[in-house]
Amino acid sequence: MALNRDFVGRTYPASTSYEVCRVKIREFAAAIGDHNPIYRDPEAARAAGHPDVVAPPTFPIVFSLSGAGEALADPELGLDFAMVVHGEQRFAYTRPIHAGDQLLCTSTITEIRSVGRNELLTITSEVSTVEGEPVCTTYNVIIERGGAA
Amino acid sequence: MTATVKYDEVEVGQEIPAVDYPVHRVNLVMYAGASGDFNPIHWNERHAKAVGLPDVIAHGMFTMAEAGRFVTDWAGDPGAVLDYGVRFSSMVVVPDNDEGAVITVSGVVEGKLDDNRVVIALTARSGDSRVLSRAKATVRLA
Repeated sequence: MALNRDFVGRTYPASTSYEVCRVKIREFAAAIGDHNPIYRDPEAARAAGHPDVVAPPTFPIVFSLSGAGEALADPELGLDFAMVVHGEQRFAYTRPIHAGDQLLCTSTITEIRSVGRNELLTITSEVSTVEGEPVCTTYNVIIERGGAA
Repeated sequence: MTATVKYDEVEVGQEIPAVDYPVHRVNLVMYAGASGDFNPIHWNERHAKAVGLPDVIAHGMFTMAEAGRFVTDWAGDPGAVLDYGVRFSSMVVVPDNDEGAVITVSGVVEGKLDDNRVVIALTARSGDSRVLSRAKATVRLA
């Protein structure tokens, strides 16, 4: 089913902040098999010039879609979850994320377009600290297979 | 932030040697837990086959993370990654056996920018398939 274009431009702020902690970073690093001490050891991170352990570049996937999840589940959008695959992903950093960060994430549906038989929906999320310091922008393209047929 | 690779010692066209990253079912279970993505196509063979997949497949984000690890291991500091984007072009099928699957990642320095930044073009393959396309990372070197 074609997606409802009225959703383009809608913005979804996260309802709560996300607190980045050492334990979660270590768990994520273990899950991707990465033993880099900068993810695990605060001393190693400080020696590399960071205030605390750093999160891997793809870590924001853990929290960056919570706001948009509400939009994707909205029946008015017309998204068939069974047909969804992840199309593209990008992270653009102002600075690395580290343990101790309190992050806010605001997601906007920035584009919906048809490519062949598929519908492509782009979610752009601005991640900043609760103090308002910009941290990163994430771009997530999901594909609804057959949605435009 | 201290990347260990020096900007002045890197040339456009320079190749970064390939690294193999093995993937077993347990890695996908761990990734599901760590990322919060519990879609059963990534851990339940019965479900994966019922929706027409050949077998359980890796999370696209798991593959992206492995290619990211290739970049951060090369650069020496994860904080050196300024921008990282991929397109998911094919799936990584992970059978339930001792071999599992292997994601092979290689890279080439595609461009040098100002401010000690370089663009790395990445190639990720599993079996006969190229599993990422347009995979690029911008990294700030020392």
